[in-house]
Amino acid sequence: MTERASRFFDRNAQWLFPLPAVLAILILIVGPVLANAYISVHDWFIGATPKYVGLGNFARALSDHRFWAGLKNTFYFTLVAVPVELVLGLGIAVLFNRDFRGKGLVRTIILLPMVATPVAIALIWALMFNPSLGVLNYFLESLGLPRSLWVASAQLAIPSLTIVDVWEWTPMVALILLAALQSVPTELYEAALIDGAGPVQAFRFITLPSIRSAAVIALILRSIDALKTFDIIYVITQGGPGIASETLNVFAFKTGFEFFRAGYAATLLIFLLVAVLGVAVLLNMTRRSPS
Amino acid sequence: MSAVGTGARRRSQATPAGDRRRRRIRTLLIYLLMAVVLVIMLFPFYWMILTSLRSQVDNTSPVPVWFFRPTLENYLNVIRQNNFLAYTWHSLIIATLATGLGLVLGLPAAYSIARYKQNGLAFAILMARLTPYITYLVPWYMAFRALHLIDTYVALTATHLIVGMPLIIWIMISFFEEVPRDLEEAAYVDGASRFGTFTRIVLPLSTPGIVAASILSFIFSWNQFLFSLVLSGPNTKPVPVAVFNFISYGQINFGGLGAAAVLITLPVVLLTLVIQRYIVTGLTMGAVKG
Repeated sequence: MTERASRFFDRNAQWLFPLPAVLAILILIVGPVLANAYISVHDWFIGATPKYVGLGNFARALSDHRFWAGLKNTFYFTLVAVPVELVLGLGIAVLFNRDFRGKGLVRTIILLPMVATPVAIALIWALMFNPSLGVLNYFLESLGLPRSLWVASAQLAIPSLTIVDVWEWTPMVALILLAALQSVPTELYEAALIDGAGPVQAFRFITLPSIRSAAVIALILRSIDALKTFDIIYVITQGGPGIASETLNVFAFKTGFEFFRAGYAATLLIFLLVAVLGVAVLLNMTRRSPS
Repeated sequence: MSAVGTGARRRSQATPAGDRRRRRIRTLLIYLLMAVVLVIMLFPFYWMILTSLRSQVDNTSPVPVWFFRPTLENYLNVIRQNNFLAYTWHSLIIATLATGLGLVLGLPAAYSIARYKQNGLAFAILMARLTPYITYLVPWYMAFRALHLIDTYVALTATHLIVGMPLIIWIMISFFEEVPRDLEEAAYVDGASRFGTFTRIVLPLSTPGIVAASILSFIFSWNQFLFSLVLSGPNTKPVPVAVFNFISYGQINFGGLGAAAVLITLPVVLLTLVIQRYIVTGLTMGAVKG
């Protein structure tokens, strides 16, 4: 670098350092989100000439039963999976918050479900769900319970898919809460014991308040990601049977890349984006208000 | 665990032997519960491996076959018949290029956020994490199609960048915040430029973080399915998409699917062993330090 260029860089380091990343974000993220809005007001088959239709696609969505089914499925999936993940995650965090041999190994095992390739996870669950040959029905029968159709049943498709999501993501919730539990000072518990508090009271008045903010972070992250879940649903059921497990995400994907209706897909994605942002903002408000 | 109330404790204090026994049962129960949790977490992986080592006959038996003579046939079939090595190669190229580019763009940005407290930029990256990936995909697809870039490494690297770069930035912010400022000030006094300080002092001090961030970015690019599903083709198809395509072969080949699932997951598991501590930090956008 020449002397002058170097001095120029030094004076403008504050914005030159992040400039490449900012450009990438503008081109790859901000641009496409704006383009998506532009596409959404057109009747636009991929490869054909677009026709401006104003809010026609939005009106169409509101009278499309498949849109409403997708919206319902999206929230059904999230509202079942996330609370279960939080409760189980808290239980696991409390359970593992102690000293025992093999801590490092256990930690690695807990990480596996969330880092394993989602497509591989989905495939293996699909095999386990198989109504005639799957191992899950074998377990049910061994316990004297009736066999289940799992994802092959319209009623059970979403609950079955949430089992996969719970298996995959409860570990992350547990690790977030475990980190929070480990930062609670032990003196607090000792003081409570001296004051005559029992374990239940100590949990209620010391543990829960101390991990509250971590729990809210876990809740926000999980809710956002559950609303956007794609891989597992698309690989295991492709939204089926029929449209029984078709979330907004999957419906938008099919609209855009199987039926090539870019305009309508873009519209569906704006609804999804608004839903995700709305939930994120709403949950984030609970973080600030004291109780 | 909190079942032992204050009443029970007072009573048990009277008989130390009973107290000891109760505590032992409690410990036993805790370990039992821990074991159950771990078994549930491991079972799908165990089943994946078992399926991959069984013959098609054993895999399609109505009662699961737990003990059998393992065969490597499924692996050989997947690798020989399905071009698996080519797909692995594509995955490797995409994940490496995306991670490399993610480092070049992300490291200076993370440094700048850490040094100059650029919270606006951090927020922009957070928004990128909130937006459903498909939202980008419709315009991307149309643009790449118009530019004849579908099924090229350019399209796949650029889009996988969106997966890896935010992870790199979140992990590196906390590393850069810990680099002592005195060292940087001393370098300025000695006449080093900002850029020189960054490359010759800050980056070497943050090597462990850079390694962790690179591996995390690599894993998530390796795992990426959606972008590759739409933007790849015969020349660039990565493993997850290839494996997904196996399903549509009509008759389900359980063993083949199991073998393919093991082959995709194995590298990820090995890499996870190296960077365990940073995974939660990356996935929670730095909200939780692992």
